[in-house]
Amino acid sequence: MDVSKLSLDDLISDMAARVDERIRSFAEQTPVMVGIHTGGLWIAAAMRERMQTEIPLGELNIAFYRDDFSRIGMHPHVSPSNLPFEVEDRHIILVDDVLYTGRTIRAAMNELFDYGRPARITLAVLIDRGGRELPMHADICGKTLSLKAGEHVKLSGPEPLALVVKENG
Amino acid sequence: MKFSIRNGHLVDPANQVDGVRDLYVADGYVVGVGKAPDGFTADREIDAGGQVVCPGLVDLSVRLREPGQEHKATIASELDAAVSSGITSVCCQPDTKPVLDNPAVAELIHQRALNNDLCRILPLAALTQGLAGQTLTDMNALKEIGCIGVSNANADMNNAEVLRRALEYASSCNLTVHLFCEDPCLKNDGVVHEGALGTRLGLPGIPATAETLSVSRALLLACQTGARVHLSRITCAGSIDLIARARDHGLPVSADTGICHLHLNDTEVDNFNTQCHLDPPLRTETDRLALLQALSDGVIQAICSDHQPHDNDAKAAPFSLSEPGASTIEHLLGLVMKLVREEYLTLVDAIAALTHHPAAIVMPDLGRLDVDRPADVCIFHPGKTFTIDRRSMISAGKNTPFDGWELPATVTHTLIDGRLVYTVD
Amino acid sequence: MTHANIQLDENGHLKHFLSIYGLDRGLLLSILDHARSFAGVGDRAVKKVPLLRGKTIVNLFFEPSTRTRTTFELAAKRLSADVLNINISTSATKKGESLFDTLQTLEAMHCDMFVVRHANSGAAHFIAGKVAPHISVINGGDGRHSHPTQAMLDMFTIQQHKPDFTRLKVAIVGDILHSRVARSEIHALATLGAEEIRVIGPKTLIPTDIEAMGPRVFHNLEQGLEDVDVVIMLRLQNERMCSALLPSEHEYFHLYGLTEKKLANARADAIVMHPGPINRGIEIDSSVADGRQSVILQQVSHGIAVRMAVMAMTMGSLADTPTLESRDEV
Repeated sequence: MDVSKLSLDDLISDMAARVDERIRSFAEQTPVMVGIHTGGLWIAAAMRERMQTEIPLGELNIAFYRDDFSRIGMHPHVSPSNLPFEVEDRHIILVDDVLYTGRTIRAAMNELFDYGRPARITLAVLIDRGGRELPMHADICGKTLSLKAGEHVKLSGPEPLALVVKENG
Repeated sequence: MKFSIRNGHLVDPANQVDGVRDLYVADGYVVGVGKAPDGFTADREIDAGGQVVCPGLVDLSVRLREPGQEHKATIASELDAAVSSGITSVCCQPDTKPVLDNPAVAELIHQRALNNDLCRILPLAALTQGLAGQTLTDMNALKEIGCIGVSNANADMNNAEVLRRALEYASSCNLTVHLFCEDPCLKNDGVVHEGALGTRLGLPGIPATAETLSVSRALLLACQTGARVHLSRITCAGSIDLIARARDHGLPVSADTGICHLHLNDTEVDNFNTQCHLDPPLRTETDRLALLQALSDGVIQAICSDHQPHDNDAKAAPFSLSEPGASTIEHLLGLVMKLVREEYLTLVDAIAALTHHPAAIVMPDLGRLDVDRPADVCIFHPGKTFTIDRRSMISAGKNTPFDGWELPATVTHTLIDGRLVYTVD
Repeated sequence: MTHANIQLDENGHLKHFLSIYGLDRGLLLSILDHARSFAGVGDRAVKKVPLLRGKTIVNLFFEPSTRTRTTFELAAKRLSADVLNINISTSATKKGESLFDTLQTLEAMHCDMFVVRHANSGAAHFIAGKVAPHISVINGGDGRHSHPTQAMLDMFTIQQHKPDFTRLKVAIVGDILHSRVARSEIHALATLGAEEIRVIGPKTLIPTDIEAMGPRVFHNLEQGLEDVDVVIMLRLQNERMCSALLPSEHEYFHLYGLTEKKLANARADAIVMHPGPINRGIEIDSSVADGRQSVILQQVSHGIAVRMAVMAMTMGSLADTPTLESRDEV
């Protein structure tokens, strides 16, 4: 399908509404939102503008938690994770742009647990493109795509946000 | 055995010979130059067409490591290496283990040399017992057993009173004193030339004054005592000025320099290259050029190999902990011919610095090819290049700083006492 | 003769960290960037990231140093590596076992990285030239030559206060002759483009031809401190005293000890640094060491982040060159 025809604005508004709903259903836990660097952070920020709930936003850079470090080495520029709040006993809305193998989410949750013990983690992603290698599931998903082998979906941003599908050379 | 060496370019600086001449050898001696003596028939004819024929080389400072350090090298291994470079006489420094400070050690070296029956060994006896710089050796006894001079090797002679007396006594014995000049206090724990690179690498430096101060002291004491002093392995431009002035004033002082210092400068120790860890250290490019000029000017007369073979472990260590010295004996001629090729030296000056001049310091009968002299002869091909490969060196010491260098000359024959001891054929 | 830089792999990534000399500005900045990323790890509940999990790092100390070893150990542990501390007194190595034999023994134990400290200049280079290809070597200080992690943590500290290196005048004061820290700092400052580097000390403690490395030499502290933005005081080893190098502590402090009065010659916002441990009353007055301009304690905490950065970068260099895709998607 042609991803450029998708209205990201609509997808994000829809996701924001569902996050609001989910926060209300677990009202006893104080929510915080954490975006995974960089695409997840853009989506998180965009959702936050559309949400009714005031919610603090943190940034997670999972470079130090990747399971392929010994294969690909250090990323040349790692901006540090920044969680300006306690993680302990919070409801964390974890946001990423694309859910694929599940390894990024695994790394992100490992890192979150090094900051403390969250009460709950809700995973919200803009695109679920299938191809899981780990048992991960998004609680809130903007759009499910089925891509051919060798195709990759990529989010560019932050202004304007846009999706492209690339062939892997 | 009679040889005729035909059609070669004979270079014999002592006799001002520099041209195509045949050379005739019989029973260990030169019997004819240019034309054969009446009735001469050669047992073997060597066609030296296109090659240089010169006196066998006399090397004023080598370490053979025997006795005492046979894991580094032996007399047999190093003499093999020497004759492959046309060297027919080597002066070995007395810092063997035990030190060559008594006739027994001299006798042992003499015997090993006889067994080997290759190159001549001209031993330098210790100037002081145990090289400790305190008590004189039995110089006369050492001379009688064949030592051609006295030296304290690289060991400290810092007590000026002892040096003065040693010079006086050696002079009484009519022995030349070979002095290595390096002030031990100024050297301190130094391992490289004191300069910009040593500073950057954080390696303790040896200032040029460690040598020049020691040279000036040696010259003043030589002047006072009347001893014959030979300054061994000079490295600094400042020393050359001092020696030139002393010689101008009529002091009969001679000097040599090591081959490494004519090719390399202090920048070679970059990356902690232990193959260039030498004592004396490599000096600046200015010093190197001054040494070459001093050879042309005659202020420095001789080039020695300063051959110091080491086992591999000796160089496989952090720089300061590695042992100083380079294995150079088998590349001496080629390295000097490279200087000729690069026009730093004339062919005649170069050959003189390897033959006639060093022989004049230790054994004037050698290093020249007039009739009735011992037939020590080197024949080399000046156009045939040779690439140094550490792994295929003859010397037991593979510690060359010149690995991979291309040398412009190859020795083809070496004769000692009229015997063919080395040939590439 | 040109040598390939032993510190870099064929892709130009940091393989060993032996000296600042030979590394370019981009690489130094990238060390500082990574250190910034790692700096936050110490503030978290779990002060660890799993980056080097399963790796074994050996602190190979031929020269005693509790401080440096501790920060390397902490850095390695925060990267989840296993750490082995081996202290080898040089007297023991003199008794027979060569450095080379020690290395082979350790390699047989399947270690991944050596942090080496040695009293002889060039020891880390020597070891890096001998180890198996998968092993990285970090220089924890060799003789008078180099102490690159100390220099980089000092650069990190400077950058926190004065982000633009190109506008900085930096003075390094004291025993330059014996200081590996000073040499590494001079290279780092020059590579990062510092406007002016000065070294200040008596002639006995300034090495020959130091100017070739870039700095201006001063023998007078007041003059040397004029208008500087950063003052780095070096530790003066006790054994330098009462020798041919220096007459007495009293005279040294009088001439080269940093007091508030002398510091007034520097810019008002100048920072004061010291690699530690401090000799109070010899090279620096307590009121300065503990004063408003001192950043000495910050240097210590930055040491861990910088060492984490260098360990991660050198171990990461062993990986294949990453493609854009493999970096962007997991």
